[in-house]
Amino acid sequence: MALDAFFGPAAAPARPVRSEPRLVRGVLIGTALAFLAIFLVLPLAVVFAQAFAGGVQAWLDSLVEPDALAAIRLTLMAAAIAVPLNLVFGVAAAWCIARFEFRGKSLLTTLIDLPFSVSPVIAGLIYVLLFGLNGWLGPWLRDHDIQIVFALPGIVLATIFVTFPFVARELIPLMQEQGAEEEEAAIMLGASGWQTFRRVTLPKIRWGLLYGVLLCNARAMGEFGAVSVVSGHIRGETNTMPLHVEILYNEYNMVAAFAVASLLALLALVTLVVKSLLEWRYAGELAASRRH
Amino acid sequence: MAAATAGGLRQPSVLPGFGLTLGITLTYLSLIVLVPLAALVASAAGLGWDGFWKSVLQPRVLAAFQISLATALVAALVNAVFGLVVAWVLVRYDFPGKKLVDAIVDLPFALPTAVAGIALTGLYAPNGWVGGMLASLGIKVAFTPIGITIALIFIGLPFVVRMVEPVLQDFEAEQEEAAGMLGAGRLATFVRVILPAILPALLTGFAMAFARALGEYGSVIFIAGNLPMVSEIVPLLIVIRLEQYDYGGAAAVATMMLGVSFALLLVINLLQQWVRSRHGS
Amino acid sequence: MHARTRSLAALLLGAALACGATASRTASAADSNLLNVSYDPTRELYADYNKLFAAKWKTESGQTVAIRQSHGGSGTQARSVIDGNDADVVTLALAYDIDAIADAGRLDKDWQKEFPDNSSPYTSTIVFLVRKGNPKAIKDWDDLVKPGTQVITPNPKTSGGARWNFLAAYGYALDKNGGDEAKAKEFTSQLLKNVPVLDTGARGATITFVQRGLGDVLLAWENEAFLAVKELGPDKFDIVVPSVSILAEPPVAIVDQVVDRKGTRKAAEAYLRTLYTPEAQDLAARHYYRPRLAEVADRYADRFPKLEMFTIDGKFGGWRSAQAKFFADGGIFDQIYTPGR
Repeated sequence: MALDAFFGPAAAPARPVRSEPRLVRGVLIGTALAFLAIFLVLPLAVVFAQAFAGGVQAWLDSLVEPDALAAIRLTLMAAAIAVPLNLVFGVAAAWCIARFEFRGKSLLTTLIDLPFSVSPVIAGLIYVLLFGLNGWLGPWLRDHDIQIVFALPGIVLATIFVTFPFVARELIPLMQEQGAEEEEAAIMLGASGWQTFRRVTLPKIRWGLLYGVLLCNARAMGEFGAVSVVSGHIRGETNTMPLHVEILYNEYNMVAAFAVASLLALLALVTLVVKSLLEWRYAGELAASRRH
Repeated sequence: MAAATAGGLRQPSVLPGFGLTLGITLTYLSLIVLVPLAALVASAAGLGWDGFWKSVLQPRVLAAFQISLATALVAALVNAVFGLVVAWVLVRYDFPGKKLVDAIVDLPFALPTAVAGIALTGLYAPNGWVGGMLASLGIKVAFTPIGITIALIFIGLPFVVRMVEPVLQDFEAEQEEAAGMLGAGRLATFVRVILPAILPALLTGFAMAFARALGEYGSVIFIAGNLPMVSEIVPLLIVIRLEQYDYGGAAAVATMMLGVSFALLLVINLLQQWVRSRHGS
Repeated sequence: MHARTRSLAALLLGAALACGATASRTASAADSNLLNVSYDPTRELYADYNKLFAAKWKTESGQTVAIRQSHGGSGTQARSVIDGNDADVVTLALAYDIDAIADAGRLDKDWQKEFPDNSSPYTSTIVFLVRKGNPKAIKDWDDLVKPGTQVITPNPKTSGGARWNFLAAYGYALDKNGGDEAKAKEFTSQLLKNVPVLDTGARGATITFVQRGLGDVLLAWENEAFLAVKELGPDKFDIVVPSVSILAEPPVAIVDQVVDRKGTRKAAEAYLRTLYTPEAQDLAARHYYRPRLAEVADRYADRFPKLEMFTIDGKFGGWRSAQAKFFADGGIFDQIYTPGR
């Protein structure tokens, strides 16, 4: 298996018997590019075209406007809390799932994947049902003057929920593929558990880890549905960037709406660039994680 | 505590940290996912068995499920076909800008769904760049189920590509060459040799795109038109019920949906095990 | 090493808690802090009114007040208050949404008597927005049910404005047919057949009509119609005033539970009462809401055309019964809404 990662991507140029006639190739490439152009490139182009419809100055002005800045700050803060928590969780989950055999493991794996297929709206709803004033904990929280939904903690919780599996999903197959031999050797040579993790495991998984964190972060900053349910939409306070886009859109302020949207799109592009760089440079290490 | 009880359930290993990491995993999983989801199921259960079914089996709810399932299914099918083509082209052929194309496939993972929704609506509305062209042909896209499908295609696009790509990359040349030498045409080789090998990955990608599309809200809401019984998706119906202060009803529909998601997830996991066993052998 | 992980964990936890704490009590230099949870079309009005009130409150009481705004669909907003969004005051699209908050025990059941004029400091009505030159020659409600006329209105299940739209049409049909409910149902059912998109909110519907170019006529709040014309071009749209419409009374209320806990009752009450002063009424009129104060209304008489208006209480026995009869699950809207294109 491990050898595959080495030989796979480095396969020799297509031999004649494995290749198609020129025409077929051309048609297939054309189809693929047209499909991607229509569904991916055009929407992206719309975002930037609209964002700069009023010129660079208008674009800048809409971003430094106080409410936009507050939205950017809130989004960054929510991601800054949610992503590290999911990172710690992802590493812990990957360690116990990829390094040990225990009963209920496949159920645990399924449960970890669950938030990924749960509708974002439901993700928001569950926290309202739990922490809302009519929820289980609502009255107690109010008596203690703690605000969870319609404040930052609720937004962070919803964000954590929707990005929950990203790091774990990336690490589990990678660590399973790598096997535990090196860690076992280190332990037998007398290293402590923490030393083993830091010196042996971490260097092996760091690119996969970074990759998971990047995707987790992109989704955390861009989540709309779940956050919309728990936000309360208080201007300058509980509006994240995607919510602010919707608000500006609803105020007929298309240039500003698309300016903030373009910032999010830029973030997405940066994520893709960094991710691709990682892939090209560390193709071998990442190949294993991409296989599953 | 976790270490002590779980210790008996696991096979021995020299590695430390099982109790700690399992403890963290279970605690975090419970706090963030399981307890809140239990609150959802409990509040649906508050309706009672009859109340639950009465709430879920209303024609409008059934229609919404039908629309959500149908649009998600079509979107996932489109993605399966074109995703396979994209993956094939990216793995097998060389052309200028290939790396750029490879990178942009992940865009839907990174682009916020609301941004995608607004952009797609602008594009496919009757006065948009593409919508205008289609409108002159008499095709309406935005504010119809076709619009929903387009948003869902966007959302699910990377799944099939990213699942199929590595399998196609690892596919051993020998089998293909053998088939070629034995006189099989390219198409026959593809259908008989290559397709069976990538089928599990293709199905997994399809199922993941389907599961993701089913719950999607942000990108759909702008383009859907939201006509009850025609273009109203299940997540929107949940929001609508909430806005009518019908918490039980919202929770009932959400629970129903949760059941569908969970079933899909089990299927995906089975498929993935199949991929792994295929791949490992 | 251990110490370092622990301190890192403590740091993260601490950061999370600190954020939670600051968010729950938005530290502000102001003496009091009000949250006004409102519906979509009032953004511009309250952005201006908040400045007016803050200045007035400063001179009257010597205190500074910071007012935060939240806007969204009226139902969504009411629900967020029910679920614990700490609004000091709510300024929503219709009385039923505030009734729902009262039913949840968050404010006094008799809230509508607390302020003058049914606690509605300004009113509006439902008018038609058509494309420039009125190509489909839409003059009155009857023109909306003609085949081939596309009508844009939001979903009454989610939008307060849409409920006013629906009841305005229904009330017109009742009047025309001498109170015959069956005829009124048929009329509104015909009208709904001409609706190609049901957006979730009033603003969404306006955007569908003006930006996406869909439909021949938009049913809208009068103030929304004026605003759309102002913001998006007087050369593109005309406002058509029907012969009869509904008197829409967007109400305001204090959320008792919140102001008592936060100790902001005085400021909250002044905030809502000031809405009835001449300056505020003038501001409302400038934002195309019909003022209650006669002297201000006279000044803006040419802006607001006179038309016959019926009230929700007179025609439908108030919002509670209208809501149950028309918009509850299985109500008249559900019965007559038969999509099938």
